[in-house]
Amino acid sequence: MKLAVCIKRVPDTETRIKIAADGKSIEESGVKFVLNPYDEYAVEEALKLKEQAGGGEVVAVSLGGDASQETIRTALAMGADRGVLLKTAARPLDPLEPAKALAAELKDSGYDLILFGKLAIDDYNQAVGTMVAELLGLPSVSSIAHLEIADRKGTAEREIEGGVEVVEFTLPAVLTTDKGLNEPRYPALRGIMMAKKKPLEVKEVQLGGGGVEILELALPPERSGGKIVGEGAGAVPALIDALRNEAKVL
Amino acid sequence: MPGVLVVAEQRDGKVKRIAHETLAAARAVADNAGGDVHALVIGPSGTSAEGLGNAGADKVALALDDALALYQGDRYATIVAARAKAGGYAVVLLGSTALGKDLGPRVAARLGCPLANDVTSIVAGAGITVTRPVYSGKAVYTMKISAVPCVVSVRPNVFAPGAFGKAGVHETVAAGSEEPRAKTVQVKEPERAALDVAEASIVVSGGRGLKGPENFHLIEELAAALGGATGASRAVVDAGWRPHAEQVGQTGKTVSPNLYFAVGISGAIQHLAGMRSSKIIVAINKDADAPIFKIADYGIVGDLFEILPKLTEAIKQARGN
Repeated sequence: MKLAVCIKRVPDTETRIKIAADGKSIEESGVKFVLNPYDEYAVEEALKLKEQAGGGEVVAVSLGGDASQETIRTALAMGADRGVLLKTAARPLDPLEPAKALAAELKDSGYDLILFGKLAIDDYNQAVGTMVAELLGLPSVSSIAHLEIADRKGTAEREIEGGVEVVEFTLPAVLTTDKGLNEPRYPALRGIMMAKKKPLEVKEVQLGGGGVEILELALPPERSGGKIVGEGAGAVPALIDALRNEAKVL
Repeated sequence: MPGVLVVAEQRDGKVKRIAHETLAAARAVADNAGGDVHALVIGPSGTSAEGLGNAGADKVALALDDALALYQGDRYATIVAARAKAGGYAVVLLGSTALGKDLGPRVAARLGCPLANDVTSIVAGAGITVTRPVYSGKAVYTMKISAVPCVVSVRPNVFAPGAFGKAGVHETVAAGSEEPRAKTVQVKEPERAALDVAEASIVVSGGRGLKGPENFHLIEELAAALGGATGASRAVVDAGWRPHAEQVGQTGKTVSPNLYFAVGISGAIQHLAGMRSSKIIVAINKDADAPIFKIADYGIVGDLFEILPKLTEAIKQARGN
């Protein structure tokens, strides 16, 4: 089974965001970057599927600057066989641009499954994986938390409001992965050592500017919180009064 | 300016509240820039589009077929993209729901246009300007979309539905008959129908302070008394106490309810990011120095096991149920 996993380098979830001097991006100095958490589920699932199939190849593909090589090495340390960096300094906010570059790389490469995390925790747009499927004309299921594959047919489950959708498809296909699908493995020391020797191909790509322009990146408005209405159960009437008469939400 | 096409989401043949919210957002765009608002309802035969005119639609197109009762991404995308091309709209607007987040990228890819998901404001001027929380709400982009058309989805609970008294003239449009490449065969409903944390206007979330999964009935009872949804912190989801569907924060859901209760949640930065755009925040925690109190509008310091039963009782009395 030949599997591609598309991964992204993002700031760690515990990062305190500071706005850079240009007012349009984050200040990256001092920020710890990690493999996007949702992409860990995609990597794990690809490795499991390859193990179940008893062979094949898992290719980790990332779009970004040179530093994304480190992110690809993390996937290689988890067990992916080789990496491809689509190298570009551009970071267009129009998701169609990265989707086009990834689709061009993945097209006609004989992948049985292409996996993405359901969203990248930086841009939070939840678009690129599904767009790549459309550009390649492949079936896709987004935000899956359960997957079964047999005889080149798949059944996936995705959470919707107050329920779970069950979706059937045939391979090749594109899937985006949600938390709950699996427990991603930690790279073992041996994996980390081996990852250094695995092939990582760097290809320069040109991205279009897209149809979206960033005017500003700002911190959200500060909340003027901090009003303690009281201590213990005795404060309940004061809270009810405040919610009803001051905040008017009851 | 050519108008706005709104995908009016239905479930079980009934149009959802998010459709009214999306129409209100579309109305503001069309009233500012000119053009009509057209709603598109995709669903099973017999789906009612009643009230969409008053909610802001000048026209309502119905693409109905029993094979569209469940969400079929491929077929829905074909119908929406065909309507979008035929009508020459400036914007295709959806709700940022499980359906909208899957359908929007499909439509944008087919139209070859940009997509902005989960916006909290949309203004038409020279182009479309939207704001989008990113880094799970730790920062906010203001972006200008110059491409025509574009696909935008609006965050639930942000745009208030309105009464616009528009005609909402119904029109039947082709529902197509393609076999979807990926086919939804079933929706499994949970044993207890739960209100979704991202769509609810009131959310009660519990954290590690609950001490164990067996105590979450206290959270569920308060949520039930308020008519709200139950949420959870990452710590308790990772510990297996609660399902991931309830997780609020950076690897869970970002929510903007009218009223948010954080109970036994200290306020890790990734949790605060996911709920800070709530209109009113109430924190209950035994630690007076917990970070959650810095962003809460109202706080009670104390033992949640004493406070919650009293609070649930008082809410029931206050709401007369």
